[in-house]
Amino acid sequence: MTKQIGVDSPDMVVPQELQNNVWITNIAKILDPVYNWGRRNSVWPMVFGLACCAIEMICTAASRYDLARFGMEVFRATPRQSDLMIISGTVTKKMVPTIVRLYNQMPEPRYVLAMGACASGGGPFKEGYSVVDGIDKFLPVDVYVPGCPPTPQALINGLIALQEKIDQQSIATVPWYGKGDPTADGVVPIPVLGPDLVDMRQLDIIRQQAAKVEATAAAGPETEAATE
Amino acid sequence: MSELILDAPEPQEEEMAVGTAVSDDPVARAAALLKERFPDAVSDDPREGYSGLMVDVDKLVEVATALRDDFGFNYLSSVTGVDLLSENKLEAVYHTYSLDQGGDALVLHVQVDRDNPSIPSLVPVWPGADFQEREAWDLIGIHFAGHPDLRRILTWDGFNGHPLRKDWKEPFFEEEKKPFGSRWPDGGVFRAEEKNPFGKNVQYPAGWQPTGNEYDVETDMYLPGETHVVDPGTGIKTDKVTVNIGPQHPSTHGVFRMVVVLDGETVVDLKPVMGYLHRNHEKIGERNTFIQNIPYTDRLDYLSSMSNNHGYVLAVEKLFGMEVTERAEWLRILMVELTRICNHLWALGFLLNDLGALQTPMLYFYLERELILDFFEATAGSRMMCNYMRFGGVAYDLPDDVRGTPTLQFLEELIYGNLPRVLDQGDQLITGNEIVRSRCIGVGVLSREDAIAYSTAGPVLRASGVQYDVRRANPYSFYPHLDFDIPVRFNGDVMDRYDIRMEEMRQSLRILQQVLPHIKATTGQKINSDKPQYALRAPRAGEAYGRVENPKGELGYYITARRREGNPDRYHVRAPSFINLTPLGKMCQGHKVADIVVILGSIDIVLGEVDR
Repeated sequence: MTKQIGVDSPDMVVPQELQNNVWITNIAKILDPVYNWGRRNSVWPMVFGLACCAIEMICTAASRYDLARFGMEVFRATPRQSDLMIISGTVTKKMVPTIVRLYNQMPEPRYVLAMGACASGGGPFKEGYSVVDGIDKFLPVDVYVPGCPPTPQALINGLIALQEKIDQQSIATVPWYGKGDPTADGVVPIPVLGPDLVDMRQLDIIRQQAAKVEATAAAGPETEAATE
Repeated sequence: MSELILDAPEPQEEEMAVGTAVSDDPVARAAALLKERFPDAVSDDPREGYSGLMVDVDKLVEVATALRDDFGFNYLSSVTGVDLLSENKLEAVYHTYSLDQGGDALVLHVQVDRDNPSIPSLVPVWPGADFQEREAWDLIGIHFAGHPDLRRILTWDGFNGHPLRKDWKEPFFEEEKKPFGSRWPDGGVFRAEEKNPFGKNVQYPAGWQPTGNEYDVETDMYLPGETHVVDPGTGIKTDKVTVNIGPQHPSTHGVFRMVVVLDGETVVDLKPVMGYLHRNHEKIGERNTFIQNIPYTDRLDYLSSMSNNHGYVLAVEKLFGMEVTERAEWLRILMVELTRICNHLWALGFLLNDLGALQTPMLYFYLERELILDFFEATAGSRMMCNYMRFGGVAYDLPDDVRGTPTLQFLEELIYGNLPRVLDQGDQLITGNEIVRSRCIGVGVLSREDAIAYSTAGPVLRASGVQYDVRRANPYSFYPHLDFDIPVRFNGDVMDRYDIRMEEMRQSLRILQQVLPHIKATTGQKINSDKPQYALRAPRAGEAYGRVENPKGELGYYITARRREGNPDRYHVRAPSFINLTPLGKMCQGHKVADIVVILGSIDIVLGEVDR
């Protein structure tokens, strides 16, 4: 009984005379280059302008910088048809539920590019009361582009970085074709607007903090009485 | 022309003139008459450095009505609130203008107790106070009694507190004033998230528990009232449909939302919802030093950052009593007028996009806009966020060359060659186009009376037959020496707003052609004052209101400061895009859904300025 050897195993020996005629591979290795070539050259961004950076995003797509060179000129107005969400500007607390909802509506494969300082980490407006300090607090970001706003060249550089990232992906390992797709049940919970922005993943911490405040408030008069 | 400049009057107007000046000043005359008519309710503002009148809160509506009807101050430009924490008072500040006589603002101050801040609403007198009063309620917490729809506007319903009050602290609060002790002089840097228990820019009221009620805070935007219309002929009932456009919609020019009630395809009612880009400009501005606010103003109307800089430095120069060098004034006008062309090219490109001329005209216009941006990049270092102007001058002189072409040659080619060509081309291809005309003429009509009552400004006001431009009505910089016309149209529809923008670009070119010789003649002269900008402190207490004719309309900065302070005490922006939106609902009523987009495009809003 000979041992079963997988075709891509290093133990697989090809006879000398056949080596020019045999190419040992698996389906992913054959398909990946074709598949990634198709995807990297047709990344359709969503028409989604948030703030100042959106103007530079439009300039990037317009005549002079011409995103069509990368197959990215097809800006789709609906998340259902788009692959890439360019977070182009300041993410405010009032807007972030919408952004998360739009992200959840995008079909996989989907990518997020944080364009500019605000989307990456709050930027100049970080200290303010109504600004989310970076979209990565809610969404998984693939590429960060620095700048305030990034020039069209910088955005193109970021998009090329995204293409390089796509090149390295394999249909065998990408999560969205696997059985245990983490994103299928891991849809980002949509934050809600209460007295401040409420991240649904943080409800426990919020309750703990509230309990702590109540405990100190309850203990407050007693400790004061004790010191007197 | 250069001799003319030497005889020129001071470019800055003395703020203190009000109240003491000669009686041929319309502001002083109206103030005197008001004091005569309401001796008990109106008095001069006694505080140091403040102009204007102190009005008793009970008589405010009567005073405003008299001002509008009898003294010709028919235009309410700006409404804002000020928190006077040390005096336990809240103050509302109104800037009113006379459109016919021009000149400075007549400022009304109304003070109320901080514990019960109720002021009668001026919406019945000036409908343009609508959004501004809502903003003052939202951010400062002044209750405007009798306001038809006093809801929060920039934050959301259920938001905790009124953030612009001086005792309200942000989640990442560090210190009252900048520069922060942690950053200067030692430069210790830390992540604010690490100090916040939630690791995010959030905070909750003490002991607050999430309940579930916060899930539908925005449903009240869906307008209440009749849910059907009855056809008068047949008596058939038709349900009204409420459609929500935005905040993510390709034609809302950003994150703007309109709640539209439709009868079939016809708009019955429309309410704008904003605040999706509210970036705490004013709260941050009150913490910043004066110079630190300049880059923030870039990000207000991010299509015309130079104009925003100009308005802000004018306001601060007024407060400080600073002078601007000659070359700097010419450079400022050069930049500001190029910005106007830049902005209008963008606005028209987008308007045509909204009309369905998808992208082609836009792409043509942007080619020329890119040239202007190249010039800005070579001069200021950035394409959009120029951060160019300084108090008493500008930051940099012109560069030697722009992308290999000597600067002056580049400017000449731009001003005499490329820009006129693109305007002619646009005019030829678009202005007479049958589809454009049939989509634009008679759509979104705003009458002259409404345009004034709703406090609109800029091209929207001028398209409705009011020939009012701050550059002429209340001149600043070297505009009195320049020869240009204020275009005006009289139908108040989308076509007229389009025409006005086209014409304004031509007038800007005229101005630029006059400015270029001065730029040449003043080469090598000083462009800035000698004072270091970072160390500026207010030489006197008081208020200042600087305004410029932004491409979108009147952009005003209201600044108050305490003596020897390096930070503004109150910093308010009168944003033209924001206030121009007030009549949007009225303009859209009776039109079709597709026209909403066009009407919005013709107002030309930028969300950075609407929401600040």
